[in-house]
Amino acid sequence: MRLRDLVGFATRALRGHRLRTGMSLLGVAIGVAAVVTLTALGEGARRYVVGQFASIGTNLVIVMPGKTETTGGMPGIGGAPHDLTLEDARAVLRGVPEVEKAAPMVMGTETVAFEERRRQVGLVGSTHEALEVRRLRIARGRFLPPLEWDRGSPVAVLGRKAADELFPGQDPVGRVVRIGDWRMRVVGVLAPRGHQLGVDMDDVVIVPVATAMKMLNRRSIFRLLLQVRSHADLDRAKERVVRLLTERHGEEDVTAITQDAVLSAFTSILDALTMALAGLAAVSLAVAGVGIMNVMLVSVSERSREVGLLKALGASRGQILAAFLAEAALISSAGGLIGLGLGWAAVRVLVALYPALPASPPVWAVLAALSLSLAVGVVFGVLPARRATRLDPVAALGGR
Amino acid sequence: MIRLQGVSRTFDVGGEAVHALVDVDETITAGDHLAIMGPSGSGKSTLLHILGCLDRPDRGTYELLGRDVSRLDESELSLVRRHTIGFVFQFFHLVPRLTALENVELPMVFAGVPPRERRERAIARLRAVGLEPRAPHRPDQLSGGERQRVALARATVLEPKLLLADEPTGNLDTASGRQVLELLEQMNAHGLTLVVVTHDPAVARRARRLLVLQDGRVVHRGEGARIHEAIEALSGGGSAS
Repeated sequence: MRLRDLVGFATRALRGHRLRTGMSLLGVAIGVAAVVTLTALGEGARRYVVGQFASIGTNLVIVMPGKTETTGGMPGIGGAPHDLTLEDARAVLRGVPEVEKAAPMVMGTETVAFEERRRQVGLVGSTHEALEVRRLRIARGRFLPPLEWDRGSPVAVLGRKAADELFPGQDPVGRVVRIGDWRMRVVGVLAPRGHQLGVDMDDVVIVPVATAMKMLNRRSIFRLLLQVRSHADLDRAKERVVRLLTERHGEEDVTAITQDAVLSAFTSILDALTMALAGLAAVSLAVAGVGIMNVMLVSVSERSREVGLLKALGASRGQILAAFLAEAALISSAGGLIGLGLGWAAVRVLVALYPALPASPPVWAVLAALSLSLAVGVVFGVLPARRATRLDPVAALGGR
Repeated sequence: MIRLQGVSRTFDVGGEAVHALVDVDETITAGDHLAIMGPSGSGKSTLLHILGCLDRPDRGTYELLGRDVSRLDESELSLVRRHTIGFVFQFFHLVPRLTALENVELPMVFAGVPPRERRERAIARLRAVGLEPRAPHRPDQLSGGERQRVALARATVLEPKLLLADEPTGNLDTASGRQVLELLEQMNAHGLTLVVVTHDPAVARRARRLLVLQDGRVVHRGEGARIHEAIEALSGGGSAS
């Protein structure tokens, strides 16, 4: 029996029951569309995170106080970790040649006011270097001036949103705002940036680090961001920074992380998420397979007379098996293609609704969904097709 | 051509053994025209199914063209059915979604005949039964007689040696029935061996030989003029339905 004849025979049999065929086809289509859409979402989330990290620079080492890996020491003996100070930051910059630039960060929240308008924003204390280290851009005016780190100055840089809210339709540069009890002159406005390291950089006010420490009444810094000269030096720089700070503090009480480590942690989490979503969607494909099996079983029992006839005409068991399997495979592969189209459309809608999310189904997921849908048809088609081949032709021909 | 020796077939119906055929011996020569009669449940259909390799005897041997087919496996049997045997049924058994032409092509599809040759041969067969103009029609657009002639074209398109007909006129009016019988006889005259199961004495009378079955056994054999005697005996027994 030729493949074309097989497909032709199966197609005509399916066309005889358009509604029934359409319904089981829809089941497969939904399954495949789910796989495509959900993996596209997962992939979009991953790309979004990768993009976010890339936006803060790839040669970055982030130092934070405290040790994330706990050692099993006796409580009370280890003592509280030392704070990270501006002196530590300066020592790192001097003592580790791989470090090109350092930007200490202090964070809190404060109320910024101009005339009657007040707004609660993130207060970031940093230095002139933060502009480059954090890959920020200035839309108007300029960034914090280069100052000695422990010298404060009553100047502030506003994030885009904070500027728009406090100075609607006006240029804030040169105006004086109140931040808490302090009066500061706005020297610049950041270009829109979005979230970075968990902070909405559009809704912040940035002041010199020493000023921020006074405003927030702190003596330590929250994070130390280090820009390493080259990507190849990243791990070495990280080790030397930790060693140097361990010497200064007398114990290892800081954690240094690189972009790469954070990024790979995030990507592995998000890859797992994508896989889980794909798995869930695959379950719906399996359900669709049961639907196909059901339809095929009905079809076999309805057409038992035809099966008997085919046997009388000299069709072998293999040919009858192939004819019914071809029907199941046609349902599932046609459903798969339709599902692919539906999924593609759904992803387009998602992207239109959330332009920030670069959702796009990974190639492996598309191929897996298609081959899985075909496999579902064949696997779930086997039982009904075998039932057809086992029909006793005498009994099958008996009825009208 | 056909030799049955001690053929028996027993069915298990609800735990009770039903002897459909008991020790049937019969020889059918090539080109024969044999009618099988008998009351319902006499085993005539079972005999036809065994002759057609759709069923197998429990005991005894069935030799077809010098080959013992009662021991063949399923795939060999499908080849025997495909190339040696043609079937015609009371209810035609045409595939409803296929046209007359496609129904006639169907056996050649399973035999792997190339599409162009298939079409030509199917059209030639339809012409032979006088239905070439009806080729593109579906079964529901054909009359009963036309359907049976399409079925006849389909049964003979692979040029079988043996044609088995189960009540071929049972569902037809007299005129269409006669047309079908004439076609069968015409094919028989060209050397096709014909076995017809029937209730209808008029159909049976046209055969060269007659076999009357009762309770799974051959109770009468008639040949030539003695066919009439056998039919008389059957209807005289009052068991004909």
